[in-house]
Amino acid sequence: MSTSVLSADTPAPGTDPDHTQRVDRADTEPAVLALNQISKIYLTGTVEVAALRDVSLRIEPNEYVAVVGPSGSGKSTLMHILGCLDVPTSGTFDLVGHDVASLDEDHLADVRNLFIGFVFQQFNLLNYLPAWRNVELPLVYAGVSRAERKERALAALGRVGLGDRADHKPGELSGGQQQRVAIARALVTRPALILADEPTGNLDSSATDEVLAVLDGLHREGSTIVLITHEADVAARAGRTIEIRDGRVWTPGGDAAPDSGVSTSTPSLLRETL
Amino acid sequence: MNWSDTIRTASEAVRTHRLRSALTMLGILIGITAVVLTVGLGAGAKADIQDKIDELGTNVLVVSPGSSTDSSGARGGFGTASTLTTTDAAALASTTNAPDITAVAPVATSSASLVAGTTNWTTTLTGTTPDWTKVRSRGVSNGRFITDADDAAAAGVVVLGPDTAQELFDSAAAAVGQTVSYNGTRLKVVGVLDELSSSDATSNNDLAIVPLRTYQQRLVGGTHRDAVSSIYIKADSSDGLSGAYQQADATLLALHGITTATDADFSIATQESIITAASSVDDTMTMMLGGIAVISLLVGGIGVMNIMLVSVTERIREIGLRKAVGGRPRLIRRQFLAEATILGLAGGVLGVALGIAGSVVLNDVVGSRVILSIPVALLAIGMAMAIGVGFGVYPASRAARLAPIDALRSE
Repeated sequence: MSTSVLSADTPAPGTDPDHTQRVDRADTEPAVLALNQISKIYLTGTVEVAALRDVSLRIEPNEYVAVVGPSGSGKSTLMHILGCLDVPTSGTFDLVGHDVASLDEDHLADVRNLFIGFVFQQFNLLNYLPAWRNVELPLVYAGVSRAERKERALAALGRVGLGDRADHKPGELSGGQQQRVAIARALVTRPALILADEPTGNLDSSATDEVLAVLDGLHREGSTIVLITHEADVAARAGRTIEIRDGRVWTPGGDAAPDSGVSTSTPSLLRETL
Repeated sequence: MNWSDTIRTASEAVRTHRLRSALTMLGILIGITAVVLTVGLGAGAKADIQDKIDELGTNVLVVSPGSSTDSSGARGGFGTASTLTTTDAAALASTTNAPDITAVAPVATSSASLVAGTTNWTTTLTGTTPDWTKVRSRGVSNGRFITDADDAAAAGVVVLGPDTAQELFDSAAAAVGQTVSYNGTRLKVVGVLDELSSSDATSNNDLAIVPLRTYQQRLVGGTHRDAVSSIYIKADSSDGLSGAYQQADATLLALHGITTATDADFSIATQESIITAASSVDDTMTMMLGGIAVISLLVGGIGVMNIMLVSVTERIREIGLRKAVGGRPRLIRRQFLAEATILGLAGGVLGVALGIAGSVVLNDVVGSRVILSIPVALLAIGMAMAIGVGFGVYPASRAARLAPIDALRSE
């Protein structure tokens, strides 16, 4: 791939401001995510530990996918690779048509900035900045002008229902509100993918509902969401569930997970679709 | 992320951790204050010396008697022989020999106890010629100075220094017209010199001047009656100083029949060279204080590095987040460098401010002269910033190198 598509000036598919248009283009667009035979091997001393083995999966635009699995299953490693926070040892990984499996650190940073919106379990808000300054942070690194940053940050806060909390610091907000600020930060760049890593892990049930409702809304409006969770009821909100066990995509027996028609576990079928 | 965003973010981080930032700045602040005061004290000492040079008389050369080689070939040390005489002074005063020399004052000095009534005062008895006032840029506050006629007649007259007059007669005005005696010889006080402002140069204000001929023939005997202790020469201008030096050198070498300059039985010094030698002590002091200042700056810089490392560790999740949302390593490094620079800059500005306050205290309370200048202040601030940058490089690089997943994962 050419590195020019990673420059902040080039409009990327994910930064298209018109979300309905994005849904319309879904059929012709490349998959948001296409992983083929992805492996990740860590070297612990002299012992090689395979955290992921030959994982292939494909996520289409406007899909809402839950990734589930017990701890130690390789779920976190998968999330890091999906989020371009880490690179796979082998395999190919296309993110909205761009091969990102072997990019250097600078270009990975640009890819994250342009295509991915992160929501973390720990919120990861900067406590010394008001909500809107937290939300504008990705735009700062994208080189967006100050005036436009504020406008877009306030709009993003409006979308998560926190338009009136823009000047509150994180410490003045409830847990659910803080996570909604983090979601606003994730969607402010209009990313191709919102990657939520245990977004409800630190929240009580009402705040969980609050946050999941926001994600549902975003999905309805056209966002592609990958949600990593270990809670079944949270995973149930998604259109499709991918289960990871022992570093592989695990297919349950007869009664498949919802929406299992999409190629999650059949490498041969996946190869055909590619 | 442009520079204005970087600086804004860095200054917010500095302001967020107020106490820590203040303590970090303190190290730099003390160092810069020390630098500013040291340089200021050095400049003050230099100015003091320059003032003394100006007071002693500008464009002045001093010829001192040097070593002489006796018949056996042994060489005595400088000043051991009375090789300068009134004849030398007369030759130097000749405009054909030395056109750049405007005034010549041969001086013979010795310690002398003067008696006025029941009061007894030991001072420096100086025999010289009327040109002494020109050479030393002095005048009289009361009465008159010695004249050529006094000298020709070896008259029993004396001009007292202001302190001497004060000691012997309680005031300068009361001294004129009185008599003092030295070894039984009665001398009439015809004038009192004006006061030189320099605080510590007592020899400028406590002395008794008599005509050279009076000194040589009536007061101080000895085998070399026409010998003088030194000859003061005034050049017509600072440009003529080197000319005057060469002319005096050539004249005296010829007069003494010396062919090689290294065998000269006299030495010629400028006032500056004499005082420079005297001020080397000040320079040593300045160097020592400067060393302390540099060490404290170094300590301040290490403080900056220490705090920045703590800051990187403490804000590891922030770094991870900034990287996750698209901060390239270069931008993360730049942000932490900007923070260290801001700490250095603030410490530098405050240090200069404290230095200015300290100089006021030293000037007014302690009485040490401190001279501050804008270039020095700017240089000090620049130095503080450079320390911030220099000691910020390592912590900033550590922040830049952090892997985002490790940074986000840390608790």
